[in-house]
Amino acid sequence: MSPTAPVPPATQPGRQSPPQGPVHTTAEVLATKRVGAYQHLTLLAPGVAERFRPGTFLAASVGTLGDHLLGRRALWIHQVRPVGGHGLALQVVVEPVGRGTGWLAGLRPGARLPVTGPLGRPFALPKEPVATVLVGEGYAAAPLFPLAERLRERGCAVSLVVGAADEPRLLSALEARRSARSVVVVTGDGSVGVRGRVGDVVPETLRRAGAEVVYAAGPAATLHAVALAAEEHGAWSQVALEQPLTCATGLCHGCPVPVVGEDGVARTARACVDGPVLRGDRVRWDDLDLDLDRRPGPDRDLPGPVGGAW
Amino acid sequence: MSTSLGGITLAGPVMVAAGCGGTGRELAGYSGPAGLSAYGAFVTRTLTRDPRPGGPAPRLLESPAGLLHATGLPNPGLDLFLATELPWLVQQGARVVVSVAGRSLGEYAEIARRLASAPGVAAIEVNLSAPDAVVAGVLDAREPFHAGGAIAAVLRELPRGLPVLAKLRPDLQRVVETARVARDSGAAAVVVGNALPAAMPDGRPAGLSGPAIGPLALRCVTEVRAALPGLQVVGAGDIATAADARAHLRAGATAVQVGSALLHDPTAAARIVRELADDPAVAATSDPSSDPTPDPTSDPTYDPTSDPTSDPTPAPGDRP
Ligand SMILES: Cc1cc2nc3c(=O)[nH]c(=O)nc-3n(C[C@H](O)[C@H](O)[C@H](O)COP(=O)(O)OP(=O)(O)OC[C@H]3O[C@@H](n4cnc5c(N)ncnc54)[C@H](O)[C@@H]3O)c2cc1C
Ligand code: FES
Repeated sequence: MSPTAPVPPATQPGRQSPPQGPVHTTAEVLATKRVGAYQHLTLLAPGVAERFRPGTFLAASVGTLGDHLLGRRALWIHQVRPVGGHGLALQVVVEPVGRGTGWLAGLRPGARLPVTGPLGRPFALPKEPVATVLVGEGYAAAPLFPLAERLRERGCAVSLVVGAADEPRLLSALEARRSARSVVVVTGDGSVGVRGRVGDVVPETLRRAGAEVVYAAGPAATLHAVALAAEEHGAWSQVALEQPLTCATGLCHGCPVPVVGEDGVARTARACVDGPVLRGDRVRWDDLDLDLDRRPGPDRDLPGPVGGAW
Repeated sequence: MSTSLGGITLAGPVMVAAGCGGTGRELAGYSGPAGLSAYGAFVTRTLTRDPRPGGPAPRLLESPAGLLHATGLPNPGLDLFLATELPWLVQQGARVVVSVAGRSLGEYAEIARRLASAPGVAAIEVNLSAPDAVVAGVLDAREPFHAGGAIAAVLRELPRGLPVLAKLRPDLQRVVETARVARDSGAAAVVVGNALPAAMPDGRPAGLSGPAIGPLALRCVTEVRAALPGLQVVGAGDIATAADARAHLRAGATAVQVGSALLHDPTAAARIVRELADDPAVAATSDPSSDPTPDPTSDPTYDPTSDPTSDPTPAPGDRP
């Protein structure tokens, strides 16, 4: 494909549908840049960018020979952009919290690593041009920016809520203002925007936007709050749930998410292939172990309990 | 390159190990143009008579040089598997080996009766070594006679020509003895081996797989072959490269199973298939028409909506 070709919207009528399914390939780091608390990596991963849809993610193999970490590390795909002479490149946002993410954050341009993607079910797009609210917390706001673009292409009004523990963890607030009709910024320490929890501002934002669909990505506790707010408001919720993944490809059954099926029967879904995006009203939140969301590392020593409840 | 195992013919010596290939659908896309038919056999995750939701998270954890797993054998139960997953696997051209575990000899017999009449089952693998058997509530064949009883119970219900593989622990102290009893009870081959019993950091019983157990499994394969030269052995335990597979084949294994390596690289088994097919030493009995030459970077097709255990998550506009 031509390097400058725009990413075809996945379901735009009259266009050829993009190739489907994940690919396993070797990615090359084209660029790496520190922005606040995060490392933004630009990767060339043949075949992955072409298949991207917002809400899908990438699984990376991390570590060098000898200290190979056997599980894979999941990263939201943040952006897909043509890069001169290279075709489509993708951007991921890494918060170094442990061995794998620390290793990823330290990669230099030219480094190569095995990746698989795009993985998982993406955000489902509404058929009609309805009002939407997008809620993203920390690095997990990453998939919401390309989602906002797709929604706007469909004539949907987009309001954004972006939150983080503090300013260095606030993802692209500037970019947010470009991609949405209204933006609410929330930080745990009040360093920018409203001080508080992301979940606190969601009900009011839904009301003001007259939202019919709310999309969210962030810690499970935030997603739960969003799902509840959506239910109360009478909106649909689509939540991008992060659970610890081992294979990230559906092979190991190691990522159980308690859900309830359309038939009302309780089931266990796999976060990586049945998710990561699930309907908020389908997740059995009370049976989901929110503590799993606790990630280690000095950066994680935030005041208060885990899961966005700072 | 064809391989004869327990009287049946496989396309080659590389099998997908139980519990490491999802339902098959997830793996198919990473298997090259031949899909699941690229492999000698696809061993299902262990199925039980009744559906099992599986254990709590975390189910898998990294440990130095290994993966710890305490999945609790999640599976849809034998009936749903036979109705939905098996026909799809067969239609894909997979040689399907159904891995099973039962709570009692009676349940093993019941499972075998249902499998006996299921079209498309190539062989049955009796999981006698679930590392968290007690938690999973299945028969823990710690003593060789337990293993023998389960195998005999299964075999009694099966038609001739449907072989039973016995999956054992790569525990050098017991493996030869258990393999002998398995053979004497009618097992066509033994799979050596499963994960080693271990513990999660919180103390839950778990299995340890991956690089940590590779050398142990190879030793067990060697010993079983030496002690029981007439018994076919399938080597398993950290088969991650063609070199690992060759080491097991050299030690006398008839075939190998690729497991944890797939969790790190879903194309690992397809790559080993390709590399062994290119290897004249291994491909001595090769049938050139069966070489699928898969391309690891090819476009896998994959339908995420068709997992029967999955939660359908329709578009926002679909509310009833
Ligand atoms: C779908 C998905 C998308 C993600 N996207 C991003 C992203 O865009 N940017 C980013 O920085 N991180 C992202 N993550 C989280 C990232 O994958 C984890 O932080 C990472 O796996 C931790 O690995 P580590 O090697 O740095 O930590 P380790 O040193 O391996 O420590 C890992 C510890 O964290 C736990 N853990 C591992 N993975 C997760 C997880 N996913 N959620 C909660 N706890 C976990 C483990 O149980 C373990 O205790 C994503 C996770 C998922 C599931
Ligand atoms: S992480 Fe392996 S199945 Fe989801």
